[in-house]
Amino acid sequence: MGGEPAGTVEKTEHDYALWEKRVDAMNVVLAGKGHLRVDEMRKNIEALPPDAYDSMTYYERWCSAIANTLLQRGLITADELGRKMAEVAKREGAEAALEKP
Amino acid sequence: MSAGANAAFKARFKPGDRVRVRKAYPPGHIRTPFYIRGHHGVIAHALGPFANPEELAYARSGLPAQPLYRVRFEQREVWPDYRGPAHDTLDVEIFQHWLDPA
Repeated sequence: MGGEPAGTVEKTEHDYALWEKRVDAMNVVLAGKGHLRVDEMRKNIEALPPDAYDSMTYYERWCSAIANTLLQRGLITADELGRKMAEVAKREGAEAALEKP
Repeated sequence: MSAGANAAFKARFKPGDRVRVRKAYPPGHIRTPFYIRGHHGVIAHALGPFANPEELAYARSGLPAQPLYRVRFEQREVWPDYRGPAHDTLDVEIFQHWLDPA
């Protein structure tokens, strides 16, 4: 991939976590309502720095691309997103996770 | 996804035409692979007009649509160290505005 060795291909079906299914559903709903396009998702995923791209899972990249697309379109603000993330982290007792860049 | 003929650029190429991929390196969301830029190929299929992904990526309409082509390249022309058979080819789908007549 990208001119680098890709490793072995896992041919088994993946078991998706609930949050991954929700990210997929959010993408379908936002695209269906005309709030994002696959080209914007690709642009934002390909814009990830190489180390971020490599360390994120498939749906983490999608989640990041959805957030960036909605910020770029002005549908949400960074302040709204930051406050919501803090609220959810507090509810889940996972404040430490927010401090990762 | 095809945008129809009304809001599309006119097709400049037909199957069999020789083309050269533009050697350009603009920033943005470009679908033309780096490795194929500057290489010569032949139009294998005209696929019809599609909204331009370089514009769609920035939430614009992508219209007028750009004709898309499947362009066939000789592997030995693309990769100087290619060791496979001489008749091996590579197909890449490329938008019209990335192609010049050759």
